[in-house]
Amino acid sequence: MSDTLKLNKKNRILKPEMVVLELLTILLFVLFMFPFFMVVLNSAKTSREIIFNAIALPASWKQLVTNVSLIFNNPTVDYLGAFFDSILITVFSLLVIAVCSAMAAWVMVRNKTWWSTLLFMAFVSAMVIPFQVLMYPLVRWMRVSGNFINIRLLGTIPGIVFAYLGFGSPLSIFIFHGFIKSIPLEIEESATIDGCPRSKIFFKIVFPLLQPIIVTVLILNGIWIWNDYLLPLLVLGSNGRVQTIPIAVTAFAGAYLKQWDLILTSTLIAMLPIIVLYIFAQRYIIKGMVEGSIK
Amino acid sequence: MKQSRAVNILFVAPCVFAFVMIIVIPFFFGLYYSVTDWNGVSNNVNFVGLRNFSNLANSPDFVYSFLITIAYTLINIVLINIVSFVLSLVVTSKIKRRNFYRAGFFVPYLIGGIVLGYIWQFILNNILVSLGTTYSIKFLETSFLSLPHTVIWTMAVVNTWQYAGYIMLIFVASIQSIPSSLMEAASVDGAPFFSRVLHILLPMMANAFTISLFLTLTTSFKQFDMNLTLTNGGPATRFMDTPVKASQLLAMNIFNTATANRMAEAQAKAVVLFVALLVVSLIQVTVNKKKEVEM
Repeated sequence: MSDTLKLNKKNRILKPEMVVLELLTILLFVLFMFPFFMVVLNSAKTSREIIFNAIALPASWKQLVTNVSLIFNNPTVDYLGAFFDSILITVFSLLVIAVCSAMAAWVMVRNKTWWSTLLFMAFVSAMVIPFQVLMYPLVRWMRVSGNFINIRLLGTIPGIVFAYLGFGSPLSIFIFHGFIKSIPLEIEESATIDGCPRSKIFFKIVFPLLQPIIVTVLILNGIWIWNDYLLPLLVLGSNGRVQTIPIAVTAFAGAYLKQWDLILTSTLIAMLPIIVLYIFAQRYIIKGMVEGSIK
Repeated sequence: MKQSRAVNILFVAPCVFAFVMIIVIPFFFGLYYSVTDWNGVSNNVNFVGLRNFSNLANSPDFVYSFLITIAYTLINIVLINIVSFVLSLVVTSKIKRRNFYRAGFFVPYLIGGIVLGYIWQFILNNILVSLGTTYSIKFLETSFLSLPHTVIWTMAVVNTWQYAGYIMLIFVASIQSIPSSLMEAASVDGAPFFSRVLHILLPMMANAFTISLFLTLTTSFKQFDMNLTLTNGGPATRFMDTPVKASQLLAMNIFNTATANRMAEAQAKAVVLFVALLVVSLIQVTVNKKKEVEM
């Protein structure tokens, strides 16, 4: 626990400044949570109720179930489909990014040749490039190269997972690289002497040791991919067969202009998975975010 | 030895392939298209020199977007750092349930820009306005999003709401790494709370402030998702005798230019964004290097 700011233990109880601090914190907390309360409250109302009084408690919480089923059974936006596509895209991208980046980072650390240093530098410096510079050429390039090898890259799950591997690997390799450097080489050397092949050394010895940093990589990339909008919009299209949650939410807001009962319910469903995950894995997520930023 | 070389190449291959296909090739195409008349449709692309760039300097909507993006970034840097610092002090103090509060303040960061844009659009256009009209609070009666001179500030507040919890985590990690004996000694010596913060805490946190400064800077400069769903660039205003969109930040300006099929112009704008970010990153690297020397 941190004992940085306040005085010693005896003074802890019933100090007036502590009461003020506590009240201030509660106020701040309510302010931070206010938008979420409003979303939940108004997701359980009809459109008329919201226009009539947006701050009041809903007349009946049953309306929440009605709104949710309205969204999932909507004829214009396949929300349920988008939900599953989002899960598939996020899970596959995370798997591919974690395994491939760990493999690449391991080679870049252990193989001390000019080309592995050069590769590492290339990946790290690419992190400066904003998405806007390459997003339109990327779409064109994915169409052209997809036609060339006769695999559809635009509008498909494999295509977007491949794109996420490209965009996710620089930061992930960077994070793995830092961690692998701290693993003593002796463990791998003794396995080499015992005649263990190099690929097996990685998967049997190194990869299990990476577990804590894999959690960090999964969290950083997971939050990004689940909420990402522009890349899916460009690669999958706004009304393609494969959709993601953020695209479905904008489709909803576009189709039901100012119908806040439906828009807010759709945002509630979009937020729910990540918040539920956060409640259960809070410790890891906070640790992962801090490690990812401080590097 | 031969086998280990094969493994090295195999292990880096997936990341390198994805990196080249998704980032490197589209990036160079992106730079190239910025000096052409590319329109996104025709295959006939002609070199036009720096014409696109010189046109930008005379384009009021781009100059305006560039200026408000800088203003927006500066407001964000101030707001986010102040709010995050207060939050980090609160959750490292000795108040009850501090870990609960810390977890709560971080929740907005988990919500994607698209979703939170709609939520805040609802809060600002409906909840606050209805509060204003019900209790006749004059300044709440018109939405902050509908006035050109308040919209940028409002977006910065929303962005602060999203990012403050994340930056708070970085500050907390930094505060917790300060030896507690340092603060205790000062408090025994009778130094008041405020001067303890000013003379011990802040200097010890310099590194965390550098991290937060550059994180805020780069994310604000590339802001898009929330801009799209919160304001979509509106309301209208005038700049250099031309109608412009009052809250159209740089990334959205690029997006709208490309949507209007002015692809080469959009590429030139994106290159300007890239150069701006490159300058910021180079400054960051030099600052960090300098600091390492001092330590």
